[in-house]
Amino acid sequence: MAKTVSFSVRDGSVTGALRQLLKQLLERKLVDAVLVPVQLPSGDNVVQSLVTRPEVLDAANPLAPVLPVSTANIISKMTRLAASEKKVAVVMRSCELRALTELVKLKQASLDNIVLVGVDCYGTFSVPDYKRFAKETLANGDELLKGVKAGKVDSRLREACQACEYPYPLNADITIGLIGVDFDKGLLVLANTARGQEIVDGLGLAEAKDESRQAAINKLVSERQKRRDQLFEQTIAESKGLEKLNSIFAPCIGCHNCRDVCPVCYCRECVFDSQTFAFEADKYLGWASKKGALRVPTDTLLFHLTRLNHMGTSCVGCGLCQEACPNDVPVFRIFRLVASKVQPLFSYVPGRSVDEQLPLTTFKEAEFEKVGFE
Amino acid sequence: MSDKKDDGFEPTIVGYLCNWCTYAAADVAGSSRLQYPHNIRAIRVMCSGSVDPLYILRALFSGADGVLISGCRPGDCHYVSGNYKERRRVVVVKTILETLGLESDRVWLRWVAASEVPKFAATMNEITEEIKKLGPNPIGSAWSA
Repeated sequence: MAKTVSFSVRDGSVTGALRQLLKQLLERKLVDAVLVPVQLPSGDNVVQSLVTRPEVLDAANPLAPVLPVSTANIISKMTRLAASEKKVAVVMRSCELRALTELVKLKQASLDNIVLVGVDCYGTFSVPDYKRFAKETLANGDELLKGVKAGKVDSRLREACQACEYPYPLNADITIGLIGVDFDKGLLVLANTARGQEIVDGLGLAEAKDESRQAAINKLVSERQKRRDQLFEQTIAESKGLEKLNSIFAPCIGCHNCRDVCPVCYCRECVFDSQTFAFEADKYLGWASKKGALRVPTDTLLFHLTRLNHMGTSCVGCGLCQEACPNDVPVFRIFRLVASKVQPLFSYVPGRSVDEQLPLTTFKEAEFEKVGFE
Repeated sequence: MSDKKDDGFEPTIVGYLCNWCTYAAADVAGSSRLQYPHNIRAIRVMCSGSVDPLYILRALFSGADGVLISGCRPGDCHYVSGNYKERRRVVVVKTILETLGLESDRVWLRWVAASEVPKFAATMNEITEEIKKLGPNPIGSAWSA
């Protein structure tokens, strides 16, 4: 299926080329709207926006290395009631695409009339860091691209990004290839599906060949895996055991921001907000007298462990939980570590395929056969 | 923790027992005066597959020294596949506890059919003995969790 074309980059500005590409989608009426991060006039912030007027795309900034909200959540919100008849191109990073795949499987989003445009991603900064750096030089992401291409692993990238082994999009209709691509020859546009092919054909570009991207991806992935494994070791050392866990979660104020921003934690009413967790005073006093004391608000560790149970199999490692924590609890580190143990039990990779069933909604007769007998 | 072993320790074990098999076996064990330890606090559920990991964790955090989920043998679920799904959930919850250095061997899953009355008593004995060896559950007494 895959057709690869090349889109020329003028004056070394990849961002400029992407703007042109997205504008053409609207101008040639290949799509009715484009959902993409757009730079505010102040220059120090981007916000995801649903754009219908091509001129607005002159400020589109899909490479801005920042991820305020997972676009997966936005698509879920937009399509949960009913998908549109109109075609929307959605520009997404790999972690957003993978989360969206999970949401589709959870019946929380629809891909009808959505054209997924996946962009190679070298990583993102935290929102406050981005705001600061944008005032310097990194505002359009081109600088970051140059830096990473020069072999500089940017230690200011979010921890989740430094340990991300998916810098390339999965399940996109169209992939914008940047990693290892020689921009003098143009950036790569890959059509992966029939829907993507239709649009790429509509752009009328010359066919090209991927000469260096795959090798560069492999190299980057192996570096990221190394970083990831270091992070696991560090996390085990700092969190293993009840005492350490309690100390890790001591700054948790129970705001549940981590749950709210999590692109795969989807319940409309979380059990922790329900009457199940409304107790009478005597219940608290009962626990307190049994234990001698009781941390209040209660159930801090129970909340995080329950979330691990409910969505650990679908965790895509985007790290937004950790970004949303007001007190720097290393939520991402814990979740990523646990996910790395839980997902392989079912040979499951979240976001890999819409057709793979969620591990906790299915089973095999012949698996874990000793469990329950010994 | 093994260093907290103490003589005369009587663990509290919360047992989520499936209505169609293990709970029936417990009933028959009782009416046939088969002895089994009083440490098991039986909670009748309609299917082992109805036991959300939150129930398991809540019991451990509220002071249970062990949690047992017991239901129909694979292939015999009254609701066709509840026990298979529970098997996955238990594997997940134990893996999570293990990864975080919490004691996963306080969580037990056992298939006991309605007819397996002596097996029910033997299983309860086995679990009680094993949990006694582990000693009191530190999560249950940790006030700061």
